[in-house]
Amino acid sequence: MRLSDNYHYCYLALIRHRIRTILLLLAVAIGVTSVLLLTSLGEGARLFITQEFSNLGNQVMVVLPGKKETTGGSVPIYGTSPRDLTIEDADALSRISTIEQTAPIIAGTALVSYQGLSREVITIGSSTAFFHIRNLSLSRGQMLPQTSNVRASAVCVLGFKLKQQLFGNKTAIGQWLKIGGQRFRVIGLLEERGESMGLDMRDMVIIPIRSAESLFNAPSLFRILLTLKQAGSEAYTEQQIRAVIAKRHDGEDDISIVSQNALLTSFNKIISLVTMAIGAIAAISLIVAGFLIMNVSYVSVSRRKSEIGLLKALGASQSEVKRLFLTESSILVGLGVMIGISLGYSVVFIATQVWPNFPLSIPWWATVSSALLAFIVGILFSWLPASIAAKQDPVIALRGY
Amino acid sequence: MAKSAIKITEGNKTYLMGEQPLHVLNNINLTIESGDYISIMGPSGSGKSTLLNIIGMLDQLDSGTYQLLTSETTTLSEESRAQLRRQHIGFIFQNFHLIPRLTAFENASLPLMLAEKTLSKRHQIVEPIFKQLGIAHRLNHLPQQLSGGQLQRVAIARALVMSPNILLADEPTGNLDQASGHEVIELLEQLNQQGITLLIVTHDKAIGKRAKRQLTMVDGQITTDTVSQTSKSDE
Repeated sequence: MRLSDNYHYCYLALIRHRIRTILLLLAVAIGVTSVLLLTSLGEGARLFITQEFSNLGNQVMVVLPGKKETTGGSVPIYGTSPRDLTIEDADALSRISTIEQTAPIIAGTALVSYQGLSREVITIGSSTAFFHIRNLSLSRGQMLPQTSNVRASAVCVLGFKLKQQLFGNKTAIGQWLKIGGQRFRVIGLLEERGESMGLDMRDMVIIPIRSAESLFNAPSLFRILLTLKQAGSEAYTEQQIRAVIAKRHDGEDDISIVSQNALLTSFNKIISLVTMAIGAIAAISLIVAGFLIMNVSYVSVSRRKSEIGLLKALGASQSEVKRLFLTESSILVGLGVMIGISLGYSVVFIATQVWPNFPLSIPWWATVSSALLAFIVGILFSWLPASIAAKQDPVIALRGY
Repeated sequence: MAKSAIKITEGNKTYLMGEQPLHVLNNINLTIESGDYISIMGPSGSGKSTLLNIIGMLDQLDSGTYQLLTSETTTLSEESRAQLRRQHIGFIFQNFHLIPRLTAFENASLPLMLAEKTLSKRHQIVEPIFKQLGIAHRLNHLPQQLSGGQLQRVAIARALVMSPNILLADEPTGNLDQASGHEVIELLEQLNQQGITLLIVTHDKAIGKRAKRQLTMVDGQITTDTVSQTSKSDE
C-alpha cells in the first residue's frame, strides 16, 4: 500500500464518519483541556499564596515574652513569663546594630465611643515603626507621632471599618472620641485592607504605646516587632537579642523569637501541600482523561473489526492493517490534542482577562504530560484492538465480534 | 488436462463450540483442476463454508496440507499468505462486505490500492469491469444507495480487479431475490467460461446442479462428488 493511499484511506474514514470523528476529537480535546484547566487552578492558587506571603514584608522578626514551649499552637503565641517585656526592653533592642526598626506592641480590647455610638474593638498601642513594619498606609491624616515611645499623647489612628461605623461619611480627622473612658483625637485613617497575619486591620484603633500603657494600666508588652537592616543576619540578631534581654532580665532567657525563617518553614509547608494537591488534581484529571480517550479509541476500533477482516481477506497484510489504524488514530489524537491545548490556553487567557487578581497559569508540565498521555493512551488503545483483529484469521475478524 | 489449482490432503479443522470440540472438517482430500466449476452443497454446519474459507486462506487448517497452484500454503508466513490471497483469489461473500463509507469504485478498487496500483491505473482496471457487470453508472454511489443485486456486482467487481485464478463465492445469492440471484449466477458462469476456477457454496439445489462438479458435505466429510455429464456450461 502506498503512503498517499494510506493517508487517503484514513482521511476518508475521518471525513465520512463525521459524527464519530467529532465525538472522538471532543473526547480527546476535553480530556486535555480539563487537565490544563484543573492544573491551572491549582497553580494559580499556589501563585496567589506566594504573592500574599511576599506582601508580608521582608526580614521581620517577632519577640514574644515567655519561653515558647513545644506544645504546638500557631503564630500568635501567648507565652507566660514571670518577667514581662517592657518598652525599655524594646528601646534597648533598637540599639542592636543589625536592627533597623523596632515596634513594641501593647494590645487589648477597649470600648471606643463617639457621640451615641460605641464599639468594643482591639486597641493597639505602638509607635510609628509599626506602620512601616506592617506596611500600613493611610488614606487620610498622619501616623502616630515619633514621640510615642516616650510620652503619652491623646491621638489615635482608626481602621477603615471602625471609622465607617462611628462616623459614617462625616469627617473623622480632628474629632475627639473616647477610648476606654479617655479622650483621644483622631489624626489618621488607615486605608482599607484585608486581614494581615490574622489581624483584621479594618476593625481596630491604634494609639501611642505610652497612652496604651496608661490606658491598660500595664507596662507589659504583647510583643515586639523588628525589622533587620539586611537579609541573612537573623542568627546573629537573634543571639544579640537574647543577650540584651538576658542582661536586662537578671540573666534569664525568657523570650521567644519568631523569625522570617520560622515563618518561611510554615510557609513552605503550605506551599508544598498546595503543590502536592496540584499534583493530585493533575493525576486524577489525567487518569480520567486517559480512561475517556482509552474507551472511545477502543470502542471505535473494535467496532470496525469486520473492516479489518475484509482488508485482510482482500490481501492486506497484518502490518498494513496496523499501519492504517495507527495513522488514523495518530491524526485523530494529534488533532484532538491541538484543539484541547488551544481550548485550554484560550479559556485561561480569557479568565485572566476577566479576573486579573487571580493568577491562573497552566504549568508547562501539565501541557506536556496531558499531550503525551493523550497520544500514548489514544494510540495504544486503537493499536491494541486493531493489532489483535489483524492477527486473527480473516474469517474470525470478518464476523465482527 | 489442466494442472491442479487446489490440492488439500487430509485436512482437519476443529472448532471449540462451548465445551465440545466440533470436528468441522474431517480428513478432507480434495483436488480441483484449473478452470473447474464446482458447487459445494450440504446442510448448515456441514463444514462447506469452512472449506471455502480455508481454500480462500481466510482460515487455516489444524492439520493436513493445502497446496494452492504451486505454493504449499500451510508453511507460509503471514506476509506471503496475504500476497497469495491478493494475487490469486477473489472472494464473494453472502452479505457482500462492502465498506459503507466508500463508494462503489473505492470499494472495488481496494485490492488494487493494497497492491500499490496508481489511481489512474485503478480507474483503467475497475471501469471496464463495472461496464461488463452492467453497473458502470453506479461508480460513485455509496453502498446504501445501491440495490442488493448491484451490491453483489460491486463485490464481484472487487473480486475480479486483480484478475484472480480462483473465484470463491459463499452463498452469493443468499441475500438476493430470485431474479438478481439468477443474474449473479449467470455472471459468475460467464467468468468461469473465460477460464476462472469457480467454487460456489450454496444451499440452493437448483444453483448447485448447474456446476460441472458437485460436492456434497455432511458432518465435515465430502459424501458425494459427482461430475455431471451435461452441465449447462458445457452447452
